[in-house]
Amino acid sequence: MKFIPHTQKEIEEMMRDIGISSLDDLFKDIPDEVKIKEKLNLPTPLSELGIKNEIENIFSSDIPPKRIFLGGGAYYHFIPSTVNYILNRGEFYTSYTPYQPELSQGILQALFEFQSVLSDLTGADVTNASMYDGATSLVEAIFMAERIKNKKRLLVANSLNPEYQEVIKTYLKPRNIEIEYIDFREDGRVDLDKLKDKSKNDFSSLVIQSPNYFGIIEDIEDINKIVKEKDALLILSILEVLSLGMLKPPFELGVDILTGEAQSFGLPLSFGGPYLGIIQTRKEFIREIPGRIVGETVDRNGKRCFVMTLRTREQDIRREKAKSNICTNNSLNAIASLVYLTTVGPEGLKKIANLNYKKAHYFKQRLTNEGFNLTFSGPFFNEIAVNLPFSYDILKEKLSIVGIEGGFPLRYYGMDNSYLFAVTEMNSREDIELLICALKEG
Amino acid sequence: MKLLNELSKRGKNKFDIEDDINSEIEMLDDKYLRDDVNIPDVSEIELIRHFISLSKDNYGVDNGFYPLGSCTMKYNPKINEDIAKREELKYFHPLTSIEYSQGLLKIMWEIEEFLKSLTGMDAFTLQPAAGAHGEYTGLRIMWEYFNEKGEKRNKVILPDSSHGTNPASSSMLGLDVIEIESKEGMVDPEKLIEVVDENTFALMLTNPNTLGFFEKDILKISKILKSKGALLYYDGANLNGFVGIARPGDMGFDAVHLNLHKTFSTPHGGGGPGSGPVGVKEFLKDYLPYPVIENSDDFYYFSKPAKSIGKVRSFFGNFSVILKAYLYIKELGFEGLKEVSQIAVLNANYIKEKLKKYYPSQFDRLVKHECILSGKIYKEYGVKTLDIAKRIMDYGFHPPTIYFPHIVDEALMIEPTETENKETLDNFIEAMIKISDEIKNNPEIVKNAPITTKIQRPDELRANKELKVKW
Repeated sequence: MKFIPHTQKEIEEMMRDIGISSLDDLFKDIPDEVKIKEKLNLPTPLSELGIKNEIENIFSSDIPPKRIFLGGGAYYHFIPSTVNYILNRGEFYTSYTPYQPELSQGILQALFEFQSVLSDLTGADVTNASMYDGATSLVEAIFMAERIKNKKRLLVANSLNPEYQEVIKTYLKPRNIEIEYIDFREDGRVDLDKLKDKSKNDFSSLVIQSPNYFGIIEDIEDINKIVKEKDALLILSILEVLSLGMLKPPFELGVDILTGEAQSFGLPLSFGGPYLGIIQTRKEFIREIPGRIVGETVDRNGKRCFVMTLRTREQDIRREKAKSNICTNNSLNAIASLVYLTTVGPEGLKKIANLNYKKAHYFKQRLTNEGFNLTFSGPFFNEIAVNLPFSYDILKEKLSIVGIEGGFPLRYYGMDNSYLFAVTEMNSREDIELLICALKEG
Repeated sequence: MKLLNELSKRGKNKFDIEDDINSEIEMLDDKYLRDDVNIPDVSEIELIRHFISLSKDNYGVDNGFYPLGSCTMKYNPKINEDIAKREELKYFHPLTSIEYSQGLLKIMWEIEEFLKSLTGMDAFTLQPAAGAHGEYTGLRIMWEYFNEKGEKRNKVILPDSSHGTNPASSSMLGLDVIEIESKEGMVDPEKLIEVVDENTFALMLTNPNTLGFFEKDILKISKILKSKGALLYYDGANLNGFVGIARPGDMGFDAVHLNLHKTFSTPHGGGGPGSGPVGVKEFLKDYLPYPVIENSDDFYYFSKPAKSIGKVRSFFGNFSVILKAYLYIKELGFEGLKEVSQIAVLNANYIKEKLKKYYPSQFDRLVKHECILSGKIYKEYGVKTLDIAKRIMDYGFHPPTIYFPHIVDEALMIEPTETENKETLDNFIEAMIKISDEIKNNPEIVKNAPITTKIQRPDELRANKELKVKW
């Protein structure tokens, strides 16, 4: 299948106009030594029907269990039909970065609305127009804090998603920034005494996650007090943004930079991406935020319109002095999350968040009734770690029999018999009962 | 057009969801709970009309010609969109046990093979989320390599025509950037020799470069770097200029990134999501970010390379974007991809030949996927390239990239791509010639453009000053 519209006659006419006799002439400036001489080993071209059939075969070989209790940074949530309907608009998805505002008001206004809705939800003054994912936006927040506070030391709560911890390490190694980890207590929350201890020396920022990797809700205000005593910044990473439908707006609790993974707002799981990174801050740090920001203005006729703004932070203008190298981000997914949030509305968002809380706590109730222990005792949202008296392989086997995927092992922490389960609005009461039954079995 | 909050009225939204738990549940302590959620409250029909209206105020490849240079705005095949949006993928959790994701891993493994073949590199990671992320990852791999060897090199050399992401990615690693002046729009080996030394980390090069020229001295350039132990990085933004014809791996490049949303037809989404896989030569393979995909007897699994730089993002990559590029390669095959660059280059040269006398730049040579014109001769009429770009809109086209690369005064950077037919190109050429006539005869028309768009010439200074970034 080809997507080239030229007729042979047109190609010949064009070659004549350019003054060449064969298409090979177009490449005569490429040295022969580097030209491809033999046919490369690539598949035989397929028609639309051919590719469809082939992909059918591939997909039918993968049939994962339908009942999903996995979380850990990506969540199984309902996606209303409106989301895909809007994403299918070619005017949106086949456009690019809105360099020309006259032809891009649709994207620009949608991104301005995205920034506004996300800011209102968390109490932020500024949200940028999107980042790659939760992990990379967290790294950018750490760099932001380093620029603002200029200290070569970073504190990270050990209850931050281990994958994110690994990403931080990769990015920080060449920058000579020292990382110190703050342990968690038995309730799964940041150990404040240890934090006080580690904050004796100067640091730029502390990174926490809440609900944290174990699903536990942190006491952000208490943590913030300690951070502010040292004139450092508090960076909060939220991976389950649905919790915002229930929990206090983080900026009211003293957070300085919020980053997150907004996949829960209407994005398909898609085997890990593309998702939606968010980064937000308070007004005073607006010039340090990376990436695109859309701002409101008027056109020459005084009509309200939207443009990309504060462009002198960006790589195409400032080159090596830019705040980040980010160019292509996740605009389309930002629009998806905006359509999602608008579809469920304020009451719907509260309802879904409460339902997640309720189902997860029902699961907890059933677990404790059956004599299982939770790993941590702190308050949680929709994800919990459970101690189970068997290995991961045995757990997987037990669950696969009943068509369940769930229970991600906390091996990173050396807690080999502790498993993470997420419970969302998608898991029915019967699914939960089935899961309990499977765990009880044998 | 109204904003969502201006349409909002409490009680309009009727979204609902079933609750099948009828037991009493302990409630969370009040101190954690929010009072209300303050997001727009609109009905479903209103929101659909709102977003449909917004979409009508936007211009994509599906609307018309979009010759934005260095962005490769080619047609996005609909079948690939359909497949990537399938129900199976919607709820495919990335932590699903690998015995259930064999097909998906196979797709990832196979596209790595395709990309290796097309670029002449030895190993790939699909993780980077976009081109700039790929640049960072590629440089980070090189950094680890030098670090491991105990070499402290910190100088990255860039031609003055390079993309802004190149210096910005270098800075993220704390490397210093040195820009070298081009000669006739290309890297000048003489100048390069002068700056390359034992402290040189790498040269980052886009080829074809941002003027659309193939770097004719690439083999010499490669030798100069290698002689001092420095590396050569390939910015693959412009691979559409010779995909299927030549390979960066055969030109001496040690690491490359590709933009699947450019060369491999995945949509740009108004500015993402994209995907920026990175390919490396054998000696850098062990430094790739983990996880990498392995295949043993048709069983696919993840592993961690021996000296891995670590992780550069969550999970394994922008899977559904990768999938679309995989499908595209399978649809075209080798001959099809070769034809892509042949026709892309034919189109770019056709435009250049037809327009060079109307918009001459200081360069006139064979180009690859894009051509650079200039509006500088119209300065005497008080017309800037920005005005020309705005006037192009009145003729129904998206303007080209403007004022880039910086080495061309009043630059117009035009990349037609292979999916535009002769008729479209002729219409565009005709419009450009008309605009040049307008400038000479009645420049006010051009200075006052656009007149057909809903909004015209937004006040960007005001946006910068007032910084209204939320409602």
